[in-house]
Amino acid sequence: MRYEAPATVSAAVSLLAKEKGQAFVMAGGTDLLVKMKSGLVEPDLIVDIKRIKPLHEVKKTASGITIGAALCNAALGENALLRKFWPGVVEGATLIGSKQVQGRCTMAGNLCNASPAGDAVPALVAAGAKAVIQGPKGKRKLAIRDVPAGPGRTNLKKGEIITSIELPKREARSADAYLRFIPRTEMDIAVVSAAVNLTLDAKGVVRKAAVALGAVAPTVLDVPAAARALVGTKLDDAALEKMAAAARAACRPIDDKRGTAAFRTQVAGVLAQRAARTAYARAGGK
Amino acid sequence: MATLKENNLANPTEASPPTTSEAGPHEPLLVKRDFKTVGTRPLRPDGVDKVTGRARYGADHNLPGQLVGLVLRSPHAHARIKGIDTAKAAKLAGVKAVITAADLPDHTGGDESLFDILDNCMARDVARYDGHAVAAVAAVDAATARAALKLIKVNYEVLPHVTDVDEAVKPGAPLINKKNFTRGVEPAPAKPSNIAKRSTFGHGDVAAGFRHADVIIERTYRTEQTHQGYIEPHACVASVSPDGTGELWVCTQGHFAYRQWCAAILGMDVAKLRVTSSEIGGGFGGKTHIWMEPLALALSRKANRPVKMVMSRDEVFRASGPTSATSIDVKLGVTKDGTITAASSTLRYSNGPYFGMWAELGAMTAFACYDLKNVETIGLEVLVNRPKVAAYRAPSAPEAAFAIESAVDEAAKAIGMDPVDFRIRNAAREGSRASYGPVYGPIGIGPTLEAARNHPHMKAPLGPHQGRGMACGFWFNFGGQTCSDLNIGVDGTVTLSVGTIDVGGSRASLALCVAEELGIPYDQVRCTVADTGTLGHNDMTDGSRGTFSSSMALIFAARNAIKVLTARAAQMWEIPLGEVVWKDGHAHATGEGQGNLAPLSLKEIAAAAPTTGGPIAGHAEITADGAGVSFATHICDVEVDPETGRTRVVRYTVIQDAGKAVHPAYVEGQYQGGAAQGIGWALNEEYVYGKDGRLQNPTFLDYRIPVCSDLPMIDTQILEIPNPNHPYGVRGVGETSIVPPLAAIANAVSNAAGVRMTHIPMSPPRVLKAMMSADKLGT
Repeated sequence: MRYEAPATVSAAVSLLAKEKGQAFVMAGGTDLLVKMKSGLVEPDLIVDIKRIKPLHEVKKTASGITIGAALCNAALGENALLRKFWPGVVEGATLIGSKQVQGRCTMAGNLCNASPAGDAVPALVAAGAKAVIQGPKGKRKLAIRDVPAGPGRTNLKKGEIITSIELPKREARSADAYLRFIPRTEMDIAVVSAAVNLTLDAKGVVRKAAVALGAVAPTVLDVPAAARALVGTKLDDAALEKMAAAARAACRPIDDKRGTAAFRTQVAGVLAQRAARTAYARAGGK
Repeated sequence: MATLKENNLANPTEASPPTTSEAGPHEPLLVKRDFKTVGTRPLRPDGVDKVTGRARYGADHNLPGQLVGLVLRSPHAHARIKGIDTAKAAKLAGVKAVITAADLPDHTGGDESLFDILDNCMARDVARYDGHAVAAVAAVDAATARAALKLIKVNYEVLPHVTDVDEAVKPGAPLINKKNFTRGVEPAPAKPSNIAKRSTFGHGDVAAGFRHADVIIERTYRTEQTHQGYIEPHACVASVSPDGTGELWVCTQGHFAYRQWCAAILGMDVAKLRVTSSEIGGGFGGKTHIWMEPLALALSRKANRPVKMVMSRDEVFRASGPTSATSIDVKLGVTKDGTITAASSTLRYSNGPYFGMWAELGAMTAFACYDLKNVETIGLEVLVNRPKVAAYRAPSAPEAAFAIESAVDEAAKAIGMDPVDFRIRNAAREGSRASYGPVYGPIGIGPTLEAARNHPHMKAPLGPHQGRGMACGFWFNFGGQTCSDLNIGVDGTVTLSVGTIDVGGSRASLALCVAEELGIPYDQVRCTVADTGTLGHNDMTDGSRGTFSSSMALIFAARNAIKVLTARAAQMWEIPLGEVVWKDGHAHATGEGQGNLAPLSLKEIAAAAPTTGGPIAGHAEITADGAGVSFATHICDVEVDPETGRTRVVRYTVIQDAGKAVHPAYVEGQYQGGAAQGIGWALNEEYVYGKDGRLQNPTFLDYRIPVCSDLPMIDTQILEIPNPNHPYGVRGVGETSIVPPLAAIANAVSNAAGVRMTHIPMSPPRVLKAMMSADKLGT
């Protein structure tokens, strides 16, 4: 096994593109090292991207906010800009693991691990965020929703790495929220999760909405039907019930060691309602 | 091997006095009540090393030239091993030894229990569970050892399997062991089955008792399999010399027992195997059984190099120490005025593939809290294709208590009586015949219930979606064989050598007892766990016996040392021995005309030792009979999320009889630890098996023990009802605390959720499903 820690994105891409064996990108290593220790993967090459300085930056741009792929979630959680505009995204990212894990793990890593239960992903999907990808053939952008292809698989091509995540420009009276269900209080993995992103008008009526659900399908679900149930409302009980029903209708979970399909479906609706109420209050709704 | 059974925890000889010996006898009327040192809370001698990382655990021992040993494990729940080809692995550069069952010839001489241990350590003809060891390698490093495991080819014939306790007893279930005929049934069955033994306990006329009942409660309960969840995995280093002697450094709860089993399996004399125990990062009963230790010794013997083995977490879960999964029927008959007229229970406990005494212990403990005229329990040991069940803190009692205490709560509700008052009315007391046979001496069930009734927790208001529950628990406690040394140093400080390993602060407690007896300060006494080469046999630290039995031995050893000390003082003073007494750490002359003789301190007598007869020591070897039974009552408040079924424990109180709390802080720690483990068991911990018979969740991510933030501060109340059989009145305190939580929490959740929960763990999916079903029924 070879370990490389290049200083530039192009060097990293070149190493990955040339490798004939099993190559893995490592940011925090909080998933990769665990998989290696348990014998699930045996890499021939590990490309550590933590030494690539620009990948640690958070930048405010004309089109929104860009978050470097190697920025650890603890740093993300301390970023005032992100906390102000994307509290739900920050919630998702900073729920992962322990303090020690937070100092290593990254949102992009969580995304590329492609677990349907990844905590960083639903809020990014609800935010309409994009992954900025660089590969042997140049740069491209991909909606976060389309990055995972299924459990443990992504739509990245050989040699491609995510260099940053782009959050869109925030409108006034907007906010998001993320909730996951775990049987414990921390150090656990989502049995089911929900993110809601809302923009209100001046009267507190929902003008735009997005609802994303985690751990209820092979990849995180964007549920436009659930979102539509909220638009034009002030989150009255009927709207929330309709939204929950639409969320549940979209679920196609499995029974597994972490929970039953019936439980996940039922609680997906509950979490979506609770996240919607939180996002609404954060956006200034009353 | 007849003298050493696994799981020798149950000691139904409540009334028997301690064995008389040179060291004793202890006269029950002379239980000490006034203490100077015992009952204080000094720091433990192992504390600083443990919090600074200096303490040496199982994996911290290393030897020059040591190899890495790894185990190949069965991926099948049940499979015949038709052949194992190790040739390629053996040829790999860096591999120094490969072993299979062929390298562990059967030395068990017809001892079935020992043969089962051998078969569990390394599968012989059949792999009986997912994770069962089938081969092992020793190599120069871990990468080479891993590569070698992949080169071993095992030819399996997959057999039908059964992992569920209820499925295993159904007609037509796959047979785990074709030679298993149910024991305890007359006449002996002609056909084999998956029930290894039927045990019955009780007295009176149950049928008549039920006829006199106004209300009968009948329910079936289930609990799922849990693991002790010790953070430190099993680890050892073995070194066998070509001269046939061996050494083993290992994390264990009983190095003498490990020595005995390993020596028997390897065909060695116990005197030729020296076992040294490490510090222990949790055991809870799981380290009272041997797992890969004989493999490390066999690998070392074959490779002629030391071999170190450390289990991964996956191996710990798949191949060591779970409890039973259970299925328990309970029937209770009560009159409207609150008397239990009859009680019966049939308890099915999974054993793994080997015969144990788990249902038997469940059947013995089930109704132990109550004074019953008519009672019957039947325990059925059920064989399944899961790992061999090991002891877990008051083994088998929590599951039985869950079933019984749930039914008791329902019975109280059915007649409109407060659950605490109902239990007080039916509680066992001194002179009651226990449902498992013996007549109780002075016991603590009544006092713990009275304390619960008067506890502020019982009267505190509850918030929305909250419910309160309470439950009682019992454990036998155990005494057992104990051998200890006490040595007075040249400066008068004292060292203790004990053979019971320290799982919960016993070195501090033992030093306190000796300081008390000698009348010297705690910090002048230092206690060490000695290896098997330096003391006589000691039983394992199980059955809550560590402090109970070793303190008894050490108090006797101290009394023996005092005899020597007073004799030396008499010699120094040149007065008759009869005119010297020991008091407050000094020899005092008592005879007439000796008023001007200043008392001699321990230090002065020790300093004079070279000229008065040499080193001064005390020794005791005893069977510490008379471990006082232990009772507890727990109170618990929970909050259940009505939309998700998630339970939060809001408040928790443990009330337990300690006999005498030698070191109250560590007694409280035992109370809290048992409650914490019980909370995990009650709410989320569970082995999940797939249809393929493989364990789905062998990780701490998916096997959900509680994290700190899951628990409230667990309040404790120590009651002290002296055990007449111990010189200081001590009872074991380590285990009873895990007995009531499953039931207390189940009663609380049932009250909060408005529906009776009968299946442990009460994980959110189970609670939500129960609540939604109850809603549909309109209840």
